[in-house]
Amino acid sequence: MLLVPCPYCGPRPEVEFRCGGEAHIARPADPDALDDAAWAEYLFARTSPKGLHAERWLHAHGCGRWFNALRNTVSDAFITTYEMGQPRPDIAGDR
Amino acid sequence: MPEPVAIHARRAPILAPSASGLVRVLPPADRFVLQMKAPRGAVLPASAGGFDLSGPLNTVRGTPERFAARLGPGEWLLVCPAGEGAAAGPAIASDLAGRFFSLVAVGHRNAAFLLSGTHAADILNAGIALDLSDAAFPPGSATRTLLGKAEVVVVRVGDAFRLECWRSFAPYVHAFLQEAAREFGCATSSTRGSRQGAG
Repeated sequence: MLLVPCPYCGPRPEVEFRCGGEAHIARPADPDALDDAAWAEYLFARTSPKGLHAERWLHAHGCGRWFNALRNTVSDAFITTYEMGQPRPDIAGDR
Repeated sequence: MPEPVAIHARRAPILAPSASGLVRVLPPADRFVLQMKAPRGAVLPASAGGFDLSGPLNTVRGTPERFAARLGPGEWLLVCPAGEGAAAGPAIASDLAGRFFSLVAVGHRNAAFLLSGTHAADILNAGIALDLSDAAFPPGSATRTLLGKAEVVVVRVGDAFRLECWRSFAPYVHAFLQEAAREFGCATSSTRGSRQGAG
């Protein structure tokens, strides 16, 4: 079983969590000003990297809190977690 | 305006309470979910309505019958014996006057079980992926987690474990625990789903 490090509860089993997809995707301030291609880019285009990936996670069956996490998509290792609203931390070897 | 009609819901426990056995069904209780955030620079109150809210995340404060389990940074499950909720609700609300909070009575939403004995943690671990040993989950711990497919709240009460789950999950949780308990020679006559070769 994969252990996910909740920043509030500590390491907890993966089944308690939901992944919320890529983090740091800001909704455009004025969607009406976008053309279809730009709107589709916001809705559907994701970086999907091989390596470190910033994701949103929800401890749904635990403390109920959202947080951001840096996860390596190759090894599934969680590098770090940080609060929602914080910028992506600089990690050596990132990107 | 039409006259208000008094509607009295018929309320009965989903499972008959049992007084003995390794997996006991507890009698009904009154419960509240309290949600409250501390404003920036302010601190949360240490207590409300006689419930001690000062415990850190994933701990419980109080007695086995009347306790406050902190399930999230700003969320508590408050449990007291059936009948005490009518007085406890207004008492909590008046103690928290002036703050932003949400207090919801959920007494009839939950069912509760008590698991005791040396194999209580082993039985729970049939469906719970958490480490429930003394080192990782000492007396005074409480958390929300999953038992099989059902969300439950586990509260460590001394050497025993109190399990709270939603009322509609209770038959599933009860059958799950009883099947797990068979391995430790604790079968009861009402064990459901006693498949051949199971357990």
